[in-house]
Amino acid sequence: MMLFKLSLKNIQKSVKDYAIYFFTLILGVAIFYVFNAIDSQTVMMNVSKSTYDIIKLMNNMLAGVSVFVSFILGLLIIYASRFLIKRRKKEFGIYLTLGMSKRKISFILFIETLVIGIISLIVGLVIGFILSQFMSMLVANMFEADITRFQFIFSMSACIKCLIYFGLMYLLVMIFNAVNISKCKLIDLLHGHKHSERIKLKNPIFCTIIFIVFATVLGVAYYLVTGGVEKLQNANQILIPMVMGVVSTFFIFWSLSGLLLRIFTNMKKVYYKGLNSFILRQFSSKINTTVFSMTIICLMLFVTICVLSSSLSIKNSMTSNLEELAPVDVQLTKIIATDIDKPDIIADYDLSIKETLKKNDYDIDEKLKDVIEFNIYEDVTVTLGRMLGDSFAEVSTKYKYLGYEKLERIIKISDYNKIAKLYGNEQYQLNENEYMIVADFNSMIEIRNEALKRNQPLVISHVSYYPKYQECQIGFIEISSNHINDGIIIVPDSAVVDLNIGYKGLLANYVKTAKEERSKFDLELRDVVDKIWDNTSLISINTKLEIAEASIGLGGLVTFIGLYLGIIFLISSAAILALKELSESSDNKERFRMLRKIGTDEKMIHQALFRQIAIFFMFPLVIAIIHSIFGIMFCNTILETFGNDQLLPSIIMTAVFIVIIYGGYFLITYVCSKNIIKDR
Amino acid sequence: MKENILKISQIEKYYGTRSSLTKAIDNISFEVDKGEFVAIMGASGSGKTTLLNVISTIDKVTSGHIYVAGEDITKLKGNHLNKFRREELGFIFQDFNLLDTLTAYENIALALSIQNIDIKEIDQRIKRVTEDLDIKNVLKKYPYQMSGGQKQRVAAARAIITNPKLVLADEPTGALDSKSSKMLLERFHYLNQELTATILMVTHDAFTASYASRVIFIKDGKIFNEINKGNSSRKEFFDQIIDVVTLLGGDLNDAL
Repeated sequence: MMLFKLSLKNIQKSVKDYAIYFFTLILGVAIFYVFNAIDSQTVMMNVSKSTYDIIKLMNNMLAGVSVFVSFILGLLIIYASRFLIKRRKKEFGIYLTLGMSKRKISFILFIETLVIGIISLIVGLVIGFILSQFMSMLVANMFEADITRFQFIFSMSACIKCLIYFGLMYLLVMIFNAVNISKCKLIDLLHGHKHSERIKLKNPIFCTIIFIVFATVLGVAYYLVTGGVEKLQNANQILIPMVMGVVSTFFIFWSLSGLLLRIFTNMKKVYYKGLNSFILRQFSSKINTTVFSMTIICLMLFVTICVLSSSLSIKNSMTSNLEELAPVDVQLTKIIATDIDKPDIIADYDLSIKETLKKNDYDIDEKLKDVIEFNIYEDVTVTLGRMLGDSFAEVSTKYKYLGYEKLERIIKISDYNKIAKLYGNEQYQLNENEYMIVADFNSMIEIRNEALKRNQPLVISHVSYYPKYQECQIGFIEISSNHINDGIIIVPDSAVVDLNIGYKGLLANYVKTAKEERSKFDLELRDVVDKIWDNTSLISINTKLEIAEASIGLGGLVTFIGLYLGIIFLISSAAILALKELSESSDNKERFRMLRKIGTDEKMIHQALFRQIAIFFMFPLVIAIIHSIFGIMFCNTILETFGNDQLLPSIIMTAVFIVIIYGGYFLITYVCSKNIIKDR
Repeated sequence: MKENILKISQIEKYYGTRSSLTKAIDNISFEVDKGEFVAIMGASGSGKTTLLNVISTIDKVTSGHIYVAGEDITKLKGNHLNKFRREELGFIFQDFNLLDTLTAYENIALALSIQNIDIKEIDQRIKRVTEDLDIKNVLKKYPYQMSGGQKQRVAAARAIITNPKLVLADEPTGALDSKSSKMLLERFHYLNQELTATILMVTHDAFTASYASRVIFIKDGKIFNEINKGNSSRKEFFDQIIDVVTLLGGDLNDAL
């Protein structure tokens, strides 16, 4: 009982030291709860089945990610508790000299962990509960579900999950603490804080060389992921610039700390002004010992920034692309396959899609409007490889796995113009010996433009056609959620006379515009198509609503997982920094007391402390931001098919997250340090 | 007429509550003139460190007044206190109190740079003072690379570089071996004689005290005795101090 009281008193007494620990635990619990509660939040929502499936998938993925997250949080909590034990070495030393056994000390720590654990769980769950209400609004907004009946939901399953995961973590911490204490020697406990620091001065020339070498390595890595990104042929090769980046980050921190100090010491006017020399030395003495953790933090911040801004922008552009890329309600496609021997299907080839539907009792005129039918032609001599002409050799070494044998899709100009008119896209004119290509997938446009620039002829039935334009025109035929049209050849109507039809298409809008009605039409049409598929016809269906749901779902999924990981990474790195800074504060306390004794103003001291912590927080952030500029550019290239073009709002969102979480940790660290160095 | 640098008038310092009162300083008054080198001796618990703390404004008196160059420092508050400390006083501590992250040069410079003095001026003054204290060759070193004597001379340089009205030294030889102590005290003597620095030093060591021109003995918070060196040699003065210490008895004897 005595020990229990002692533990409680200890917590009360050192509540200021524990502030960061508490803050981190509570945030961890809250976020863990919020993301695991999405499950129950979405049950109440009024969403279609396909959306619901995606949300379910998302929840499963979030559950998986949670395991990883709990692993990170566990490490963080162990790190934090180690820091707290370090700070209290002397206290434990006194207990030991008084004759308390190590087991009893472990017991005190056990009680403390238990109490802190319970409090942080309760507070965290309450905050998580409040936040998750906002989260459900966000989820509803993202999946475009209408919250017809908003209500407060407490997710029991998420709560239990929190209890189990965090209970396990706290148990680990307790075991860890016990081991830690049992290994301690009394002499180290009592004099643990008196190890005087040795400052290894770095050779400036050596530093400069290291800096230049690794700045160059970093530059090359940057180039590899941006300018030279085409040279990356498979996923494994991305490892090279990544390793280069990690290694050079470490050495840049190592050398820069020495170099910056050297530069500032030589700027005597600045260096010997107020407490500047003190601040800089504080910084450099610490960075000497913490280059490694700085590197880790910098890289974590880098991942955070990239993940947050990319995932947020995917969501943004996915929704904005839809209106543009799926301008009509439904597209039907009838494939004309040559290797089928079912007589019904072969007979059906000659019918238009309209006729097939009518034959199957679907009343097109009653239900569809703006109907357009078109044919896509193929010719065995017209492949992507052939169309590339002289540039084929060059392109094929660069991109090995492009389908060069694939037959090109050919459409006659009158069909294309009909579609373009319906879509509101630009219409074109072609002369008898001309052809053109429309596409909207950037990488393919670049490849094709090479051939078009060389005036690559197209030969159909012994007639040659030449490109009307030196580059691809922007356009598409099939409705989709992304820019995935890799090129359709448009030729004069007369050119297709002898060509085979690859597939037939039908585009239309429903006669009703309300979302529920359209959804009903979707189901009806899909029923018809599914019934005849592979029996009498090969018609497939693609609808605007389905595309929208799939892409919104995918966007939402990526966004939530990105948010989850990003925030956890951000918390972890900020917490490590804060703890590191605070663990120095006992040494700092001595130093600031000396400054006071020689008559430094409180204002000056606070300013020095603020700058010191600010530099410590900003240094990894600045390098992480520089990394991120290139990292985001790289993500942009990879995610090009998703139409990653709205970066600014998501970067602003990311900045907001960083300012709130990282800035919050910075402020708490400053306030806590100020308290620790306060003269008593 | 000698100029009065420090005037202490009837100060008292109490600790504890009304029921259990400890009088750390019990009605002490004395004066220190410009250019004097005064040592305050006493056993541990005699109140000598408290006395130094209230003079250096680190602690506050319960009653009485302390005047430094005519200004009543018991009335100072907040940043005026800091300003007073940084411009009028110089400190030397038993455990040196050098910043371990800074070189000797930077440690000394800091005392001036917090007064926003130009670097050219700082550099000149450091050159002068380090010659006087014979520490030119350690300026680029860090505290952990220096001997105790060197550290204390660096601390002394930091204390006097601001041209303070009064230098306060708290057991400056407490952590030094006898050779370093002697060297430091000779430098104190030099600073006092050649640069007319006014020094007030607290010590329990008779040898250290014998370098002063006047020794004030404190026992149980009161002035017990006071002796002047006058024209006697340092050896004679040392013997006189020992006599008083013997008279004082107690644990100060043990400390010898």
